[in-house]
Amino acid sequence: MPGSLLRVVTAGSVDDGKSTLVGRMLHDAKAVLADQLTAVEAASERRGYDGADLALLVDGLRAEREQGITIDVAYRYFATARRTFVLADTPGHVQYTRNTVTGASTADVAVILVDARNGVVDQTKRHAAVAALLRVEHVVLAVNKMDLVEYSEPVFDAIVGDFAAAAASLGLDTFTPIPVAALAGDNVVDRSTRMDWYAGPSLLEHLEQVEPTRSADVPARFPVQMVMRPRTPEHPDYRGYAGRVEAGRLRVGDPIVVLPSGHTSTVIGIDTPDGSMDEAAPGRSVIVRLADDVDISRGDLLAVDRDPRPAIVRSLTATVCWLTDRPLRVGDRFALRHATRDVPAIVDAVQSRLDIATLKHDQSDQLELNDIGTIRLRTAEPVTVDPYALNRSTGAFLLVDEDGGATVAAGMVASDA
Amino acid sequence: MTAVATRPVSTRSWLGDLEDEAIHILREVAGQFERPVLLFSGGKDSIVMLHLARKAFWPGRVPFPLMHVDTGHNFDEVIEFRDRHVAQLGVQLVVASVQESIDRGRIRETPGQSRNPLQTVTLLDAIAANRFDAVLGGARRDEEKARAKERVFSVRDDFGQWNPRNQRPELWDLYNGRHRPGEHVRVFPLSNWTELDVWAYIEQEGIEVPSIYYAHERPVFQRDGMLLAVTPWTQPRDGEVVTTESVRYRTVGDATCTGAIHSIAADVSAVIVETAAATISERGATRADDRASEAAMEDRKRQGYF
Repeated sequence: MPGSLLRVVTAGSVDDGKSTLVGRMLHDAKAVLADQLTAVEAASERRGYDGADLALLVDGLRAEREQGITIDVAYRYFATARRTFVLADTPGHVQYTRNTVTGASTADVAVILVDARNGVVDQTKRHAAVAALLRVEHVVLAVNKMDLVEYSEPVFDAIVGDFAAAAASLGLDTFTPIPVAALAGDNVVDRSTRMDWYAGPSLLEHLEQVEPTRSADVPARFPVQMVMRPRTPEHPDYRGYAGRVEAGRLRVGDPIVVLPSGHTSTVIGIDTPDGSMDEAAPGRSVIVRLADDVDISRGDLLAVDRDPRPAIVRSLTATVCWLTDRPLRVGDRFALRHATRDVPAIVDAVQSRLDIATLKHDQSDQLELNDIGTIRLRTAEPVTVDPYALNRSTGAFLLVDEDGGATVAAGMVASDA
Repeated sequence: MTAVATRPVSTRSWLGDLEDEAIHILREVAGQFERPVLLFSGGKDSIVMLHLARKAFWPGRVPFPLMHVDTGHNFDEVIEFRDRHVAQLGVQLVVASVQESIDRGRIRETPGQSRNPLQTVTLLDAIAANRFDAVLGGARRDEEKARAKERVFSVRDDFGQWNPRNQRPELWDLYNGRHRPGEHVRVFPLSNWTELDVWAYIEQEGIEVPSIYYAHERPVFQRDGMLLAVTPWTQPRDGEVVTTESVRYRTVGDATCTGAIHSIAADVSAVIVETAAATISERGATRADDRASEAAMEDRKRQGYF
């Protein structure tokens, strides 16, 4: 049975062959079943295509199949002998960048696709910017359609050079370039025999090998989801705090500060229905018991009382991806959702907007759909945040429309917030 | 559920990751909503979801009721299991009856057609009548290509409709349950699970499921490429030959549109082996309701289906 779970996001421009790549990976990893393939073959034939269009495996919505494009994130699941994969396949259109942001937010690995004939285009930079901004741990540059450039090493090298330059200006230090031909299957699952000059792993081999760390080495963070006070005959006096370890390793004996109140205590128990444990790794859903009877409720954050501690702030600077049609303007009011806490927030300033073509920060007083920019927010109550660079979970927030409830922005707390 | 031996962190498998995620989602539902309900059909996915809910709220009780949308066309083994399971756990079960919707004139039954699509009206009526604001379902993204596009927290408008073109982006593990009055949110804690994961978890946790999931002898006949059981609602027509075969069910839904598969997998480990080796998808093998068109599931989901 496969081991750990790896979350992968794929991003590419229109017609880079991303759905074909994903379809190829599922097909060659034997994650496509006979009836699904038959359905794809029948649908391909109805559309007058030559052979099975593997993109139809992943483009599930009526509109996607009609237009032959991917509109929304599709999640795909497959397992190899080594591990289990959750793959978020995101659309390449400019207007659907919000879906790339969505897919990247939970990903351990981002696979950015380029067409070997076109090289690095604006969309590639946008995807690299999103991967860098959301701090996806591992980035793969998949140079696709190598078959259409005669499997040429110089073409590949030039694209890798261009991407490296763009990546460097985004603060993306390392990435893994892989030449592939998704239609023919070169270097997707099996290594290509047509590119002797490439000695590295196939895409799937690489995905089987990468090891995400998921903020295991920072002081633990534990947002409280609910207070557990069952008051049942078996557990008359039980009191614990249910939540998920969002960073670091939480251990029995750890000194804890409760935020925003500032009360301190010590972890005396970490419980699950399967038994108690001495230590809980990031991602574990557990119940924490403390030595002292402190006032704690949903929305509070338990943090290990050691530097770096979360900051308790009423205003903060953040990078946001703006996800809705109506522009973001100074004075706009939202609900800010951070960990398990909702607080009203007002936009005090729009400081800059990232120009994707130049990767420079421009002056701007508003953000449009799919813009990435830096803003200053003021909150009605204190929030307890970390820089996103330190910890994805306690550095991330949503801006939510207070009336309709729509999620309108993804926010990341700046390091100098 | 009493505490058993500690499982070391280092040996946790992908199933542990999926369990942690589902528990986090279930607790978010309890934290964000006033009146959640957990859809419980007695099928394996809803049984696993209920098991996860019990773990999520341990050492307390599951803080919301269950609801079964009952077409009246059930497998006896499943209803027996449902009632026994609910009684054992001491949880509240709301039964929303498709027959009652028919009797009250809310929906009209087409003779000879499955009641499966009629469930949508009954479901939406029950959600409105009980003022449920969060409806937990056991649907998984791997089941079907429209479901692959579904969010974990998925808003339904005041007509119960899903609009796949206008879904909220779902970032990190920040689930946004805000909604307007009259709207509700469908929540799918098993979104990232596959059929094989569900069975592996059933084995790991020693979860009981209805006997029809395991191989048994049953009189069946072939129709539209499906193996249908002989029931009061599915009778062989002229030329359809009834034979007794060793079969089991991969999905359990309305008896009129759920087919069996040939199988000799009599226990959970045999089912896992069989599932891992399967060349036909779970719904492809057994669900007539998805065969109507390429986008049959999307169309039903848009109208408010599970």
